[in-house]
Amino acid sequence: MGKQYETVIGLEVHVELATRTKIFCSCSTEFGKAPNTHTCPVCTGMPGALPVLNKQVVEYAMAIGLATNCEITKVCKFDRKNYFYPDNPQNYQISQLYHPIARNGYVEIETGGTKKKVRIHEMHMEEDAGKLIHDEWDDTSLVDYNRSGVPLVEIVSEPDMRSADEVIAYLEKLRMIIQYLGASDCKLQEGSMRADVNLSVREAGAEEFGTRTEMKNLNSFKAIARAIEGERERQIELLEEGKAVVQETRRWDDNKESSYAMRSKEDAQDYRYFPEPDLVPIVISGEWIEQIRARQPELQTEKMERYKKEFDIPEYDAKIITSSKHMADIFEAASAVCGKPKKVSNWLMVETLRLLKDRGMEPEEISFSPENLAKLVNLTESRAINSSVAKEVFEKIFAQDIDPEIYVEEHGLKTVNDEGALEEVIRKVIADNPKAAKDYHSGKEKALGALVGQTMKAMKGKADPGLVNRKLREMI
Amino acid sequence: MADKISNEIIEYVGILAKLELSGEEKENARADMEKMLDYIDTLNELDTDGVEPMPHVFPVHNVFREDAASSTDGSGDTLANAPLQKDNCFKVPKTIG
Repeated sequence: MGKQYETVIGLEVHVELATRTKIFCSCSTEFGKAPNTHTCPVCTGMPGALPVLNKQVVEYAMAIGLATNCEITKVCKFDRKNYFYPDNPQNYQISQLYHPIARNGYVEIETGGTKKKVRIHEMHMEEDAGKLIHDEWDDTSLVDYNRSGVPLVEIVSEPDMRSADEVIAYLEKLRMIIQYLGASDCKLQEGSMRADVNLSVREAGAEEFGTRTEMKNLNSFKAIARAIEGERERQIELLEEGKAVVQETRRWDDNKESSYAMRSKEDAQDYRYFPEPDLVPIVISGEWIEQIRARQPELQTEKMERYKKEFDIPEYDAKIITSSKHMADIFEAASAVCGKPKKVSNWLMVETLRLLKDRGMEPEEISFSPENLAKLVNLTESRAINSSVAKEVFEKIFAQDIDPEIYVEEHGLKTVNDEGALEEVIRKVIADNPKAAKDYHSGKEKALGALVGQTMKAMKGKADPGLVNRKLREMI
Repeated sequence: MADKISNEIIEYVGILAKLELSGEEKENARADMEKMLDYIDTLNELDTDGVEPMPHVFPVHNVFREDAASSTDGSGDTLANAPLQKDNCFKVPKTIG
């Protein structure tokens, strides 16, 4: 039996804030524009250009700090972090080292039914760097400064996580809180949320932490989980062989499912931080904090409680629906239109989750309108269409956001409520299936199912199965 | 003047600042840096207990800008300084973190 090891993980999470403009200049933060169009002397580090702080950045940072139970720093300041890299045109990044905007917070996570607090050491505001595109053809790099100066907050956790599951629960919780606040869209794939993982291993029961490594380039929850597993194994192997873990930054390659030590940026670790002389201190009054607190929207936990009370939705369902702000918005809008929240909840919990899973999609990617879901609920409730037709129509809504009223009309999917026509069909089905009729009379309940099936088929699926069942029993 | 700055420190600071210094420049830099340290030593002689660190030389705080975008395309001016460019980007020697 080998030694047991414990994994110790802390996270540095960068989040791009959803402001219209950059942190220190009025260039747009819009994503996907032609290279260098959103640039000016400030965000390209021209000598003499002076930064002026975007107030919205401070307010978003305060909102995130409050929602993660942090203390807001009353007098906070910016510092310069000095390093040379082509994506950093000033040769320094304006960040916060000595007086970050928020400290000493926590979020509560739940894994496998166990609740746990992950503490937040601090959160600071800073500017993003430009983007380097590597040109394979002529061995050069191309620099686009559109992202230079886009506002970020960096949220630094304590080393409180012990598994990939806990890390993902923590990231999902942060993402949910920040999305609810509207402070960022937190898309890992697009880089508006980025996580660096600090990981060390130690023998189970040990007091001291082992030597940690930092892993970068993790752009999906799956990549994060795989990188954690891979790095844990790598470090344990080193220790088992009697070797030491080297403190270094490693880059995860998700295609190869392995990490490699990044080329050391010489002595770049020596950032020579000093107070930023071009920006004055930010003094945050109790009154300002209260204003931000009063403006905080309803967060997930409160929303969940409200769904349980107001709409009588079961806890589990309320939790799933509110775990995505986008899904909760659809739920509320569709319920407001059709007035049947439980039915709307069912469509989200069953068919929507099934289709998301089948297509490997995130709830954020749901693209149908709440109005069309509400119309479908009304069509089903008024028995205008039966449940199997409704499922078919819902798939169309999910994929193409079609208007179900028009679709049902155009494709002749309405349930036939003409009892005379139904009776006609049933008489024929019974006559054509004498054996099934006989079996039913001799007590075989199952035989009725076959007859219901035949009738539905003859009606091209457009009958109410309940009604067919009742009529068959009467007429057989 | 104390002999506080070793050759290693001069070399190291040079690397951090991406400067290649001649022997004479190193000696000048050493003299300047030692003067600065001596100046700080004067401050160290004072009793600063209970004195709040001064965050900034001006008695000003909370200077903000509203979050409103300017819509001008800055790429022309920005790239005017690029020694080499390609596809609206600065072109630099290959750099991978």
